[in-house]
Amino acid sequence: MGIIEVKNVNFAYVREPVLENINLSVSAGEFLGIIGPNAGGKSTLIKLILGLLKPDTGSVSIMGMPITAARKHIGYVPQYPTFSRRDFPINVRDAVILGRLGLAPWYKPFSVRDQAVCQQVMQAVEIEDIAMRPLGTLSGGQLQRVLIARALTTQPEILILDEPTANIDVRVEEDIFGLLKQYNEQMTILVISHDVGFISSYVDRVACLNRTLVCHNTEEISGKTIEELYGVDVRMIDHAH
Amino acid sequence: MTEFLTYNFIQYALIACIMASIGCGIMGTYVVVRRIGFLAGGIAHSVLAGMGISYYLGGAPLSGAIIAALVASILIGWISLKWKQNEDILIAMFWSVGMALGIIFISRTPGYNVDLMSYLFGNILLVSGQDLMLMLLLDIILFVLVSVLYRQFLVASFDEEFARLRGINVEFYYILLLCMVALTVVLLIQVVGLILVLALLILPAASASQFVSSIRHMMTLAVIFSLIITVSGLIISYEPDLPSGATIIIIAGVFYLLSIAVKNTIKKAAER
Repeated sequence: MGIIEVKNVNFAYVREPVLENINLSVSAGEFLGIIGPNAGGKSTLIKLILGLLKPDTGSVSIMGMPITAARKHIGYVPQYPTFSRRDFPINVRDAVILGRLGLAPWYKPFSVRDQAVCQQVMQAVEIEDIAMRPLGTLSGGQLQRVLIARALTTQPEILILDEPTANIDVRVEEDIFGLLKQYNEQMTILVISHDVGFISSYVDRVACLNRTLVCHNTEEISGKTIEELYGVDVRMIDHAH
Repeated sequence: MTEFLTYNFIQYALIACIMASIGCGIMGTYVVVRRIGFLAGGIAHSVLAGMGISYYLGGAPLSGAIIAALVASILIGWISLKWKQNEDILIAMFWSVGMALGIIFISRTPGYNVDLMSYLFGNILLVSGQDLMLMLLLDIILFVLVSVLYRQFLVASFDEEFARLRGINVEFYYILLLCMVALTVVLLIQVVGLILVLALLILPAASASQFVSSIRHMMTLAVIFSLIITVSGLIISYEPDLPSGATIIIIAGVFYLLSIAVKNTIKKAAER
């Protein structure tokens, strides 16, 4: 039994199916990459796993529980270009510590432990020096780190990231995936990416999603060159699963 | 000036400015950062329905206003959650139908009187001791709720999706926030009247937002700005006997434009 079990899930926003007969079992401690073309249903699958959308048929369970009960064990990093509230009056630290909400009763202020977790995560993600900066003044890479820190502050069992390195330069991309690899020792990680060649050196398994889903172990593709990986990717997009 | 302060009604008016500024600075901040100015306008104008009905039945208009404001905010909040696509039309409907209802009830009340004007445009010089007590009570309610639920309101305003994932009941806090906006509207009706409420709710907070990077600071600054705007409006309107509510709103508008200019000057100076 996996930590995430997606069984026979179908989903459509209007009539055209976005996801068809999706089965996915993610085991605890796994680092799973989800790739696929735009509009292939990647973000939709994530939203189903998070319980922000409900499947038309089929089921999703997390740690053997229904999603709503398991939510507090999931950390989520949204795709940052869709994160539109950059003008919101809040600084980095205040945004990151919000990850501690929902763990204690609603009326309890943040504890010393909450502050300490926040501090330690900001250190690990290397945003300590910008802790007091307003969100609106950050670069794309810095904002991405803040969003990752906020998710890590929840101390999740499962971390889900939607295109964490879109619009970020390669050096920062390596930093971020290196960081995720470290955190993978403590938690299961799901990451959506457009860059199959790059993520295959970090993830254990790649799920290829274009309305339907097929998984590939990275060993199957690890010996090949980056170029071939892109070739495989393109063929995957073309073929009907 | 000192003579000006010896009048009882001026003292009451000044206290009313302070009371109104506290509520409008705190709640105006949320209205601005959540961009729900139009909703707040809808709530403000539906209040007239409650006042009219209350008048017709012989009750106190302010209690009618409170009930109508709360009912309107729950309905409008529910509409904006359920029918997002038609939100603007439905709110515009509330806005105008609420006012129309109010006017019909007031016109059917025997001894139709001038008070209508003072509720539409406010008359801060007529504030009574009892009104001040009610304003104080509303301020206390708002202050306590915002202090206790500060983080929940923060996360729900900042990132709704994340809030939902953290198990925060986003819909509940949204409706609660609108109810608090409704109470603020009632608070401000005394000062500027319900037609002008929206400006006083939004402009001081929007001015404050130019200079801060936290909700807490934005609230504090908005209260201070609002105090400057209302008190100076009161003083300026006194001598030439201008309508105080309208004077206050014009000052609020000028104040906002000035705040943008100051912000741009600071930005340019920093870049140099």
